[in-house]
Amino acid sequence: MKRLAAGLLSAISSAALIAADGQAVAEELLPFEIHGDAVPKALGGLSGDAQRGKQIILDRRKGNCLICHTFPIEDEPFQGAIGPPMSGVARRLSEGQIRLRMIDQSRINPKTAMPPYYRTKGLADVAPEYEGRPALSAQEIEDVVAYLATLNG
Amino acid sequence: MSVAMKQTVSGRASHSALAAFFCVAAVVAAGPASAGGEPLPSGTSFLTQSLQAQQSDEATNPGMLWISEGALIWQTPDGASGASCATCHGDAGTSMKGVAASYPKVYGKTGELLNLEKRINLCRTSQQNAEPYAYESDPLLALTAFIARQSLGQPINVQIDDASRAFYERGKAMFYRRQGQLNLSCAQCHEALAGKQLRGDTISYGVGNGYPAYRLEWQTLGSLHRRLRSCSYGVRARRFEFGSPEYLSLELFLAVRAQGVPVETPAIRR
Ligand code: HEC
Ligand code: HEC
Repeated sequence: MKRLAAGLLSAISSAALIAADGQAVAEELLPFEIHGDAVPKALGGLSGDAQRGKQIILDRRKGNCLICHTFPIEDEPFQGAIGPPMSGVARRLSEGQIRLRMIDQSRINPKTAMPPYYRTKGLADVAPEYEGRPALSAQEIEDVVAYLATLNG
Repeated sequence: MSVAMKQTVSGRASHSALAAFFCVAAVVAAGPASAGGEPLPSGTSFLTQSLQAQQSDEATNPGMLWISEGALIWQTPDGASGASCATCHGDAGTSMKGVAASYPKVYGKTGELLNLEKRINLCRTSQQNAEPYAYESDPLLALTAFIARQSLGQPINVQIDDASRAFYERGKAMFYRRQGQLNLSCAQCHEALAGKQLRGDTISYGVGNGYPAYRLEWQTLGSLHRRLRSCSYGVRARRFEFGSPEYLSLELFLAVRAQGVPVETPAIRR
Protein backbone atom coordinates (compact mmCIF):
# COMPACT_ATOMS: atom_id res chain seq x y z
CA MET A 1 0.00 0.00 0.00
CA LYS A 2 2.71 2.37 1.02
CA ARG A 3 4.79 1.40 -2.00
CA LEU A 4 1.84 1.98 -4.32
CA ALA A 5 1.32 5.47 -2.90
CA ALA A 6 5.02 6.26 -3.30
CA GLY A 7 4.93 5.04 -6.91
CA LEU A 8 1.96 7.24 -7.65
CA LEU A 9 3.60 10.25 -6.07
CA SER A 10 6.78 9.87 -8.07
CA ALA A 11 4.76 9.43 -11.26
CA ILE A 12 2.91 12.65 -10.53
CA SER A 13 6.03 14.61 -9.64
CA SER A 14 7.91 13.43 -12.72
CA ALA A 15 4.99 14.58 -14.88
CA ALA A 16 5.16 17.93 -13.14
CA LEU A 17 8.91 18.07 -13.78
CA ILE A 18 8.46 17.52 -17.47
CA ALA A 19 5.83 20.24 -17.50
CA ALA A 20 8.20 22.64 -15.74
CA ASP A 21 10.74 21.94 -18.47
CA GLY A 22 8.23 23.22 -20.99
CA GLN A 23 8.01 19.85 -22.76
CA ALA A 24 4.89 18.85 -24.61
CA VAL A 25 2.81 16.93 -22.10
CA ALA A 26 -0.90 16.37 -22.00
CA GLU A 27 -2.31 19.76 -21.14
CA GLU A 28 -5.31 20.03 -18.86
CA LEU A 29 -7.90 22.20 -20.53
CA LEU A 30 -9.28 25.06 -18.46
CA PRO A 31 -12.95 24.62 -17.58
CA PHE A 32 -15.56 26.77 -19.33
CA GLU A 33 -19.31 27.23 -19.11
CA ILE A 34 -21.63 27.21 -22.09
CA HIS A 35 -24.71 29.45 -21.94
CA GLY A 36 -26.96 29.01 -24.94
CA ASP A 37 -24.61 29.09 -27.94
CA ALA A 38 -21.91 31.09 -26.18
CA VAL A 39 -19.06 30.89 -23.67
CA PRO A 40 -19.50 34.35 -22.15
CA LYS A 41 -16.46 34.31 -19.81
CA ALA A 42 -12.88 34.41 -21.03
CA LEU A 43 -10.95 31.15 -20.57
CA GLY A 44 -9.12 31.33 -17.22
CA GLY A 45 -10.09 35.00 -16.98
CA LEU A 46 -7.28 35.74 -19.48
CA SER A 47 -7.41 38.88 -21.54
CA GLY A 48 -6.78 38.64 -25.27
CA ASP A 49 -4.54 40.76 -27.47
CA ALA A 50 -5.96 41.47 -30.95
CA GLN A 51 -2.54 42.06 -32.54
CA ARG A 52 -1.29 38.67 -31.37
CA GLY A 53 -4.60 37.15 -32.46
CA LYS A 54 -4.02 38.38 -36.00
CA GLN A 55 -0.60 36.70 -36.09
CA ILE A 56 -2.13 33.44 -34.82
CA ILE A 57 -4.83 33.31 -37.48
CA LEU A 58 -2.15 33.85 -40.17
CA ASP A 59 0.34 31.34 -38.74
CA ARG A 60 0.12 28.07 -40.69
CA ARG A 61 1.27 26.08 -37.68
CA LYS A 62 -1.27 27.70 -35.33
CA GLY A 63 -4.71 28.85 -36.52
CA ASN A 64 -4.06 28.68 -40.27
CA CYS A 65 -7.58 30.11 -40.59
CA LEU A 66 -7.01 31.55 -44.09
CA ILE A 67 -6.97 28.02 -45.44
CA CYS A 68 -10.77 28.03 -45.04
CA HIS A 69 -11.89 31.64 -44.45
CA THR A 70 -11.34 34.99 -46.11
CA PHE A 71 -10.23 37.78 -43.80
CA PRO A 72 -10.12 41.51 -44.55
CA ILE A 73 -6.33 41.38 -44.82
CA GLU A 74 -4.50 42.73 -47.87
CA ASP A 75 -1.39 41.05 -49.31
CA GLU A 76 -2.92 37.61 -48.80
CA PRO A 77 -3.91 36.55 -52.32
CA PHE A 78 -4.84 32.93 -51.58
CA GLN A 79 -7.64 32.74 -49.05
CA GLY A 80 -9.95 29.77 -48.62
CA ALA A 81 -13.68 29.62 -49.29
CA ILE A 82 -14.76 26.71 -47.10
CA GLY A 83 -16.28 28.65 -44.19
CA PRO A 84 -18.06 32.03 -44.12
CA PRO A 85 -16.05 35.26 -44.72
CA MET A 86 -14.75 36.79 -41.48
CA SER A 87 -15.31 40.44 -42.33
CA GLY A 88 -18.15 41.71 -40.18
CA VAL A 89 -18.14 38.62 -37.96
CA ALA A 90 -18.27 40.81 -34.84
CA ARG A 91 -21.55 42.32 -36.08
CA ARG A 92 -23.07 38.86 -36.44
CA LEU A 93 -21.72 37.25 -33.28
CA SER A 94 -20.98 38.35 -29.70
CA GLU A 95 -17.57 37.69 -28.17
CA GLY A 96 -19.02 34.77 -26.20
CA GLN A 97 -20.53 33.27 -29.35
CA ILE A 98 -17.21 33.58 -31.18
CA ARG A 99 -15.44 31.95 -28.21
CA LEU A 100 -17.62 28.81 -28.33
CA ARG A 101 -17.16 28.56 -32.10
CA MET A 102 -13.39 28.71 -31.60
CA ILE A 103 -13.42 26.18 -28.75
CA ASP A 104 -15.52 23.60 -30.57
CA GLN A 105 -17.85 24.48 -33.44
CA SER A 106 -19.14 20.89 -33.47
CA ARG A 107 -21.14 21.65 -30.31
CA ILE A 108 -23.27 23.88 -32.54
CA ASN A 109 -23.09 21.86 -35.75
CA PRO A 110 -22.02 18.21 -35.29
CA LYS A 111 -21.23 17.89 -39.00
CA THR A 112 -19.07 21.00 -39.23
CA ALA A 113 -15.80 21.09 -41.15
CA MET A 114 -14.43 23.72 -38.73
CA PRO A 115 -11.75 22.17 -36.49
CA PRO A 116 -12.18 22.26 -32.71
CA TYR A 117 -9.38 24.55 -31.52
CA TYR A 118 -9.69 23.92 -27.78
CA ARG A 119 -10.38 20.25 -27.37
CA THR A 120 -8.26 17.15 -26.82
CA LYS A 121 -10.84 14.41 -26.30
CA GLY A 122 -12.62 12.24 -28.85
CA LEU A 123 -10.04 12.79 -31.61
CA ALA A 124 -8.67 9.82 -33.57
CA ASP A 125 -5.12 9.22 -34.84
CA VAL A 126 -3.74 12.60 -33.78
CA ALA A 127 -0.13 13.00 -34.93
CA PRO A 128 2.26 12.34 -32.01
CA GLU A 129 3.55 15.92 -32.02
CA TYR A 130 0.00 17.24 -31.42
CA GLU A 131 -1.27 14.47 -29.15
CA GLY A 132 -2.94 15.59 -25.94
CA ARG A 133 -2.63 19.27 -26.79
CA PRO A 134 -5.37 21.59 -28.05
CA ALA A 135 -4.74 23.23 -31.44
CA LEU A 136 -4.58 26.59 -29.68
CA SER A 137 -3.80 27.35 -26.02
CA ALA A 138 -6.29 29.20 -23.80
CA GLN A 139 -4.29 32.42 -24.23
CA GLU A 140 -4.22 31.96 -28.02
CA ILE A 141 -7.99 31.39 -28.10
CA GLU A 142 -8.50 34.65 -26.19
CA ASP A 143 -6.10 36.47 -28.55
CA VAL A 144 -8.03 35.22 -31.60
CA VAL A 145 -11.38 36.12 -30.01
CA ALA A 146 -10.04 39.63 -29.31
CA TYR A 147 -8.94 39.97 -32.95
CA LEU A 148 -12.23 38.67 -34.41
CA ALA A 149 -14.11 41.11 -32.12
CA THR A 150 -12.45 43.95 -34.06
CA LEU A 151 -13.86 42.73 -37.40
CA ASN A 152 -17.03 44.80 -37.31
CA GLY A 153 -16.64 46.62 -40.63
CA MET B 1 -6.48 14.62 -74.76
CA SER B 2 -9.23 12.52 -73.24
CA VAL B 3 -12.72 13.77 -72.59
CA ALA B 4 -12.22 13.43 -68.85
CA MET B 5 -9.35 15.89 -68.98
CA LYS B 6 -11.61 18.50 -70.51
CA GLN B 7 -14.37 18.21 -67.95
CA THR B 8 -15.05 21.44 -66.18
CA VAL B 9 -15.75 21.92 -62.53
CA SER B 10 -18.99 23.83 -62.88
CA GLY B 11 -22.09 22.00 -61.84
CA ARG B 12 -20.09 19.27 -60.20
CA ALA B 13 -19.94 20.58 -56.66
CA SER B 14 -22.96 18.66 -55.47
CA HIS B 15 -21.79 15.36 -56.95
CA SER B 16 -21.70 12.83 -54.13
CA ALA B 17 -19.49 9.80 -54.50
CA LEU B 18 -21.74 7.84 -52.21
CA ALA B 19 -24.79 8.68 -54.28
CA ALA B 20 -22.93 7.59 -57.42
CA PHE B 21 -22.03 4.40 -55.64
CA PHE B 22 -25.57 3.53 -54.69
CA CYS B 23 -26.73 4.46 -58.19
CA VAL B 24 -24.43 1.85 -59.68
CA ALA B 25 -25.68 -0.73 -57.22
CA ALA B 26 -29.29 0.13 -57.93
CA VAL B 27 -28.88 -0.03 -61.69
CA VAL B 28 -27.07 -3.34 -61.53
CA ALA B 29 -29.72 -4.77 -59.24
CA ALA B 30 -32.43 -3.59 -61.65
CA GLY B 31 -30.93 -5.53 -64.50
CA PRO B 32 -29.10 -3.75 -67.33
CA ALA B 33 -25.40 -4.20 -66.66
CA SER B 34 -24.44 -1.71 -69.36
CA ALA B 35 -25.67 1.41 -67.57
CA GLY B 36 -23.37 2.54 -64.76
CA GLY B 37 -23.26 5.60 -62.56
CA GLU B 38 -21.26 8.51 -63.87
CA PRO B 39 -17.59 8.17 -62.86
CA LEU B 40 -16.13 10.78 -60.51
CA PRO B 41 -14.33 13.68 -62.18
CA SER B 42 -10.56 13.18 -62.32
CA GLY B 43 -8.28 15.54 -60.39
CA THR B 44 -7.12 16.75 -63.80
CA SER B 45 -10.40 18.57 -64.35
CA PHE B 46 -9.54 20.86 -61.41
CA LEU B 47 -6.25 21.99 -62.98
CA THR B 48 -5.81 25.17 -65.01
CA GLN B 49 -6.16 24.79 -68.78
CA SER B 50 -2.44 25.25 -69.26
CA LEU B 51 -1.50 22.54 -66.75
CA GLN B 52 -4.02 20.21 -68.38
CA ALA B 53 -2.38 20.88 -71.75
CA GLN B 54 1.08 20.33 -70.28
CA GLN B 55 -0.02 17.03 -68.78
CA SER B 56 -1.49 15.62 -71.97
CA ASP B 57 1.52 16.53 -74.12
CA GLU B 58 4.25 13.90 -73.78
CA ALA B 59 6.87 16.44 -74.82
CA THR B 60 6.07 18.81 -71.92
CA ASN B 61 4.89 16.48 -69.15
CA PRO B 62 7.84 16.27 -66.72
CA GLY B 63 6.62 12.87 -65.50
CA MET B 64 7.55 11.37 -68.89
CA LEU B 65 11.19 11.31 -67.74
CA TRP B 66 10.26 8.56 -65.29
CA ILE B 67 8.36 6.69 -68.00
CA SER B 68 11.53 6.54 -70.14
CA GLU B 69 13.53 5.45 -67.12
CA GLY B 70 10.94 2.74 -66.37
CA ALA B 71 11.07 1.49 -69.97
CA LEU B 72 14.81 1.05 -69.57
CA ILE B 73 14.51 -0.82 -66.27
CA TRP B 74 11.84 -3.06 -67.83
CA GLN B 75 14.44 -4.43 -70.24
CA THR B 76 17.45 -4.56 -67.94
CA PRO B 77 18.35 -7.93 -66.36
CA ASP B 78 18.67 -7.79 -62.59
CA GLY B 79 19.11 -10.08 -59.58
CA ALA B 80 20.51 -13.60 -59.32
CA SER B 81 18.07 -14.83 -61.99
CA GLY B 82 19.65 -12.63 -64.61
CA ALA B 83 16.15 -11.97 -65.92
CA SER B 84 14.54 -8.66 -66.80
CA CYS B 85 10.83 -7.88 -66.54
CA ALA B 86 10.73 -8.30 -70.34
CA THR B 87 12.19 -11.81 -70.10
CA CYS B 88 8.95 -12.98 -68.51
CA HIS B 89 6.41 -10.40 -69.68
CA GLY B 90 7.65 -9.45 -73.16
CA ASP B 91 6.31 -6.23 -74.62
CA ALA B 92 4.78 -4.17 -71.83
CA GLY B 93 2.45 -2.46 -74.31
CA THR B 94 0.67 -5.79 -74.65
CA SER B 95 1.24 -7.65 -71.40
CA MET B 96 0.74 -4.69 -69.07
CA LYS B 97 -2.18 -3.02 -70.83
CA GLY B 98 -5.02 -2.54 -68.32
CA VAL B 99 -3.06 -4.04 -65.42
CA ALA B 100 -2.72 -0.83 -63.39
CA ALA B 101 -6.44 -0.18 -63.82
CA SER B 102 -7.16 -3.40 -61.91
CA TYR B 103 -4.97 -2.65 -58.85
CA PRO B 104 -4.84 -2.89 -55.83
CA LYS B 105 -5.60 -6.59 -55.82
CA VAL B 106 -5.45 -9.46 -53.33
CA TYR B 107 -2.64 -11.90 -54.05
CA GLY B 108 -4.23 -15.34 -54.06
CA LYS B 109 -1.34 -17.29 -52.58
CA THR B 110 -0.93 -15.19 -49.46
CA GLY B 111 -4.17 -13.23 -49.15
CA GLU B 112 -2.08 -10.05 -49.02
CA LEU B 113 -3.38 -6.82 -50.54
CA LEU B 114 -0.95 -5.59 -53.19
CA ASN B 115 -0.79 -2.29 -54.99
CA LEU B 116 1.31 -1.95 -58.12
CA GLU B 117 4.43 -1.02 -56.16
CA LYS B 118 4.10 -4.11 -53.95
CA ARG B 119 3.36 -6.34 -56.94
CA ILE B 120 6.55 -5.10 -58.66
CA ASN B 121 8.59 -5.82 -55.56
CA LEU B 122 7.05 -9.29 -55.30
CA CYS B 123 8.28 -10.02 -58.82
CA ARG B 124 11.70 -8.74 -57.89
CA THR B 125 12.06 -10.94 -54.84
CA SER B 126 10.29 -14.09 -56.03
CA GLN B 127 11.12 -14.10 -59.77
CA GLN B 128 14.26 -12.04 -60.31
CA ASN B 129 15.87 -12.93 -57.00
CA ALA B 130 16.68 -9.26 -56.56
CA GLU B 131 16.36 -6.93 -53.59
CA PRO B 132 12.99 -5.17 -53.33
CA TYR B 133 13.12 -1.48 -54.21
CA ALA B 134 12.62 0.98 -51.37
CA TYR B 135 9.19 2.61 -51.44
CA GLU B 136 9.39 6.05 -53.07
CA SER B 137 12.79 5.30 -54.63
CA ASP B 138 13.28 6.52 -58.20
CA PRO B 139 13.45 3.06 -59.81
CA LEU B 140 10.23 1.93 -58.10
CA LEU B 141 8.44 5.16 -59.06
CA ALA B 142 9.76 4.83 -62.62
CA LEU B 143 8.66 1.20 -63.07
CA THR B 144 5.29 1.82 -61.43
CA ALA B 145 4.65 4.85 -63.64
CA PHE B 146 5.84 2.98 -66.76
CA ILE B 147 3.47 0.08 -66.08
CA ALA B 148 0.58 2.42 -65.23
CA ARG B 149 1.26 4.30 -68.48
CA GLN B 150 0.38 1.13 -70.41
CA SER B 151 -3.18 1.63 -69.08
CA LEU B 152 -3.46 5.25 -70.21
CA GLY B 153 -7.12 6.07 -70.81
CA GLN B 154 -8.33 2.69 -69.52
CA PRO B 155 -11.14 2.97 -66.97
CA ILE B 156 -10.28 1.95 -63.41
CA ASN B 157 -11.94 -1.40 -62.81
CA VAL B 158 -11.44 -2.78 -59.31
CA GLN B 159 -14.08 -5.08 -57.87
CA ILE B 160 -14.80 -6.07 -54.31
CA ASP B 161 -14.85 -9.84 -53.79
CA ASP B 162 -14.68 -12.14 -50.79
CA ALA B 163 -10.92 -11.89 -50.64
CA SER B 164 -10.82 -8.09 -50.71
CA ARG B 165 -13.97 -7.19 -48.80
CA ALA B 166 -12.34 -6.81 -45.37
CA PHE B 167 -9.62 -4.53 -46.80
CA TYR B 168 -12.25 -2.51 -48.60
CA GLU B 169 -14.35 -2.09 -45.45
CA ARG B 170 -11.31 -0.98 -43.52
CA GLY B 171 -10.42 1.61 -46.16
CA LYS B 172 -13.98 2.84 -46.30
CA ALA B 173 -14.11 3.26 -42.53
CA MET B 174 -10.88 5.27 -42.66
CA PHE B 175 -12.30 7.48 -45.41
CA TYR B 176 -15.40 8.42 -43.45
CA ARG B 177 -13.82 8.71 -40.02
CA ARG B 178 -12.75 12.08 -38.64
CA GLN B 179 -9.07 12.14 -37.78
CA GLY B 180 -6.23 14.28 -36.53
CA GLN B 181 -6.13 17.32 -34.28
CA LEU B 182 -8.19 19.17 -36.89
CA ASN B 183 -10.80 16.42 -36.75
CA LEU B 184 -11.63 16.13 -40.45
CA SER B 185 -12.47 13.05 -42.50
CA CYS B 186 -11.29 12.40 -46.04
CA ALA B 187 -14.95 12.51 -47.08
CA GLN B 188 -15.52 15.98 -45.63
CA CYS B 189 -12.93 17.39 -47.98
CA HIS B 190 -13.23 15.08 -50.99
CA GLU B 191 -17.01 14.72 -51.11
CA ALA B 192 -18.70 17.62 -49.34
CA LEU B 193 -16.09 20.27 -50.17
CA ALA B 194 -14.89 19.13 -53.60
CA GLY B 195 -14.62 22.08 -55.96
CA LYS B 196 -14.08 24.57 -53.11
CA GLN B 197 -10.97 26.59 -52.41
CA LEU B 198 -8.67 25.45 -49.61
CA ARG B 199 -6.21 28.35 -49.74
CA GLY B 200 -4.66 28.11 -53.22
CA ASP B 201 -5.87 24.57 -53.88
CA THR B 202 -9.16 23.50 -55.41
CA ILE B 203 -10.23 20.36 -53.58
CA SER B 204 -10.86 17.44 -55.95
CA TYR B 205 -12.73 14.18 -55.40
CA GLY B 206 -9.58 12.43 -54.20
CA VAL B 207 -9.21 10.06 -57.12
CA GLY B 208 -5.88 8.24 -57.48
CA ASN B 209 -6.02 7.77 -61.26
CA GLY B 210 -2.97 9.95 -62.00
CA TYR B 211 -0.39 8.34 -59.70
CA PRO B 212 2.53 8.21 -59.55
CA ALA B 213 2.05 11.91 -60.31
CA TYR B 214 4.39 14.85 -60.83
CA ARG B 215 3.53 17.34 -58.13
CA LEU B 216 4.79 20.88 -58.59
CA GLU B 217 5.13 21.29 -54.83
CA TRP B 218 7.43 18.24 -54.71
CA GLN B 219 9.28 19.10 -57.92
CA THR B 220 9.35 15.36 -58.58
CA LEU B 221 7.23 12.30 -59.20
CA GLY B 222 5.57 10.83 -56.11
CA SER B 223 3.36 7.89 -55.19
CA LEU B 224 -0.27 7.94 -54.08
CA HIS B 225 0.87 7.08 -50.56
CA ARG B 226 3.06 10.18 -50.51
CA ARG B 227 -0.04 12.24 -51.39
CA LEU B 228 -2.04 10.49 -48.66
CA ARG B 229 0.70 11.31 -46.16
CA SER B 230 0.29 14.99 -47.14
CA CYS B 231 -3.45 14.80 -46.50
CA SER B 232 -2.91 13.15 -43.09
CA TYR B 233 -0.32 15.78 -42.23
CA GLY B 234 -2.70 18.53 -43.30
CA VAL B 235 -5.20 17.55 -40.62
CA ARG B 236 -2.41 16.93 -38.09
CA ALA B 237 -3.13 13.21 -38.10
CA ARG B 238 -0.73 10.33 -37.79
CA ARG B 239 1.06 9.63 -41.05
CA PHE B 240 1.17 5.93 -41.82
CA GLU B 241 4.18 4.33 -43.49
CA PHE B 242 4.52 4.09 -47.25
CA GLY B 243 2.97 0.77 -48.23
CA SER B 244 1.30 0.39 -44.81
CA PRO B 245 -1.85 -1.72 -44.46
CA GLU B 246 -3.76 1.48 -43.64
CA TYR B 247 -2.90 3.30 -46.86
CA LEU B 248 -3.21 0.10 -48.92
CA SER B 249 -6.78 -0.34 -47.67
CA LEU B 250 -7.52 3.31 -48.40
CA GLU B 251 -6.02 2.90 -51.87
CA LEU B 252 -8.36 -0.03 -52.51
CA PHE B 253 -11.38 1.94 -51.33
CA LEU B 254 -10.37 4.92 -53.49
CA ALA B 255 -9.98 2.66 -56.55
CA VAL B 256 -13.40 1.00 -56.12
CA ARG B 257 -14.93 4.42 -55.61
CA ALA B 258 -13.16 5.66 -58.76
CA GLN B 259 -14.66 2.93 -60.94
CA GLY B 260 -14.63 4.04 -64.57
CA VAL B 261 -12.23 6.99 -64.21
CA PRO B 262 -9.51 6.70 -66.88
CA VAL B 263 -5.88 6.16 -65.82
CA GLU B 264 -3.85 9.33 -66.45
CA THR B 265 -0.38 8.50 -65.12
CA PRO B 266 1.80 10.50 -64.91
CA ALA B 267 -0.58 13.30 -63.98
CA ILE B 268 0.59 16.80 -63.08
CA ARG B 269 -0.67 18.14 -59.77
CA ARG B 270 -0.12 21.34 -57.83
C1 HEC C 1 -11.10 23.29 -42.35
C2 HEC C 1 -11.92 24.48 -42.45
C3 HEC C 1 -11.89 25.57 -41.40
C4 HEC C 1 -10.83 26.09 -40.68
C5 HEC C 1 -9.36 25.70 -40.77
C6 HEC C 1 -11.38 27.14 -39.87
N1 HEC C 1 -12.71 27.24 -40.05
FE1 HEC C 1 -13.99 28.57 -39.13
N2 HEC C 1 -15.60 27.71 -40.04
C7 HEC C 1 -15.53 26.72 -41.00
C8 HEC C 1 -16.87 26.41 -41.44
C9 HEC C 1 -17.23 25.37 -42.52
C10 HEC C 1 -17.75 27.26 -40.72
C11 HEC C 1 -19.28 27.34 -40.85
C12 HEC C 1 -20.00 26.95 -39.62
C13 HEC C 1 -20.35 25.49 -39.54
O1 HEC C 1 -19.81 24.67 -40.28
O2 HEC C 1 -21.18 25.12 -38.70
C14 HEC C 1 -16.91 28.05 -39.84
C15 HEC C 1 -17.38 29.01 -38.96
C16 HEC C 1 -16.59 29.90 -38.25
C17 HEC C 1 -17.09 30.94 -37.38
C18 HEC C 1 -18.56 31.28 -37.18
C19 HEC C 1 -18.92 32.24 -38.29
C20 HEC C 1 -20.36 32.58 -38.39
O3 HEC C 1 -20.66 33.56 -39.07
O4 HEC C 1 -21.18 31.84 -37.82
C21 HEC C 1 -16.01 31.61 -36.88
C22 HEC C 1 -16.03 32.79 -35.92
C23 HEC C 1 -14.82 30.97 -37.40
N3 HEC C 1 -15.22 29.93 -38.22
C24 HEC C 1 -13.52 31.36 -37.14
C25 HEC C 1 -12.39 30.63 -37.49
C26 HEC C 1 -11.04 30.94 -37.06
C27 HEC C 1 -10.63 32.16 -36.27
C28 HEC C 1 -10.24 29.94 -37.52
C29 HEC C 1 -8.77 29.68 -37.26
C30 HEC C 1 -8.29 29.76 -35.93
C31 HEC C 1 -11.06 29.05 -38.31
N4 HEC C 1 -12.37 29.49 -38.26
C32 HEC C 1 -10.61 27.93 -39.01
C33 HEC C 1 -14.38 26.09 -41.47
C34 HEC C 1 -13.08 26.31 -40.98
C1 HEC D 1 -8.55 19.45 -45.11
C2 HEC D 1 -8.90 18.88 -46.37
C3 HEC D 1 -8.44 17.48 -46.75
C4 HEC D 1 -8.58 16.30 -46.07
C5 HEC D 1 -9.22 16.08 -44.71
C6 HEC D 1 -8.03 15.26 -46.91
N1 HEC D 1 -7.56 15.79 -48.07
FE1 HEC D 1 -6.93 14.73 -49.71
N2 HEC D 1 -6.46 16.51 -50.64
C7 HEC D 1 -6.72 17.78 -50.14
C8 HEC D 1 -6.20 18.76 -51.06
C9 HEC D 1 -6.29 20.28 -50.91
C10 HEC D 1 -5.60 18.04 -52.13
C11 HEC D 1 -4.90 18.60 -53.35
C12 HEC D 1 -5.91 19.07 -54.35
C13 HEC D 1 -6.66 17.90 -54.89
O1 HEC D 1 -6.19 17.24 -55.83
O2 HEC D 1 -7.74 17.57 -54.34
C14 HEC D 1 -5.82 16.62 -51.83
C15 HEC D 1 -5.45 15.55 -52.69
C16 HEC D 1 -5.82 14.23 -52.51
C17 HEC D 1 -5.64 13.19 -53.49
C18 HEC D 1 -5.00 13.36 -54.86
C19 HEC D 1 -6.01 13.71 -55.90
C20 HEC D 1 -5.36 14.01 -57.22
O3 HEC D 1 -6.08 13.96 -58.22
O4 HEC D 1 -4.18 14.28 -57.27
C21 HEC D 1 -6.14 12.04 -52.94
C22 HEC D 1 -6.18 10.68 -53.61
C23 HEC D 1 -6.63 12.37 -51.62
N3 HEC D 1 -6.42 13.71 -51.40
C24 HEC D 1 -7.19 11.47 -50.74
C25 HEC D 1 -7.45 11.78 -49.38
C26 HEC D 1 -7.72 10.78 -48.36
C27 HEC D 1 -7.80 9.30 -48.61
C28 HEC D 1 -7.87 11.46 -47.19
C29 HEC D 1 -8.03 10.93 -45.79
C30 HEC D 1 -6.97 10.12 -45.29
C31 HEC D 1 -7.77 12.87 -47.48
N4 HEC D 1 -7.48 13.01 -48.81
C32 HEC D 1 -7.96 13.90 -46.57
C33 HEC D 1 -7.41 18.08 -48.98
C34 HEC D 1 -7.77 17.16 -48.00
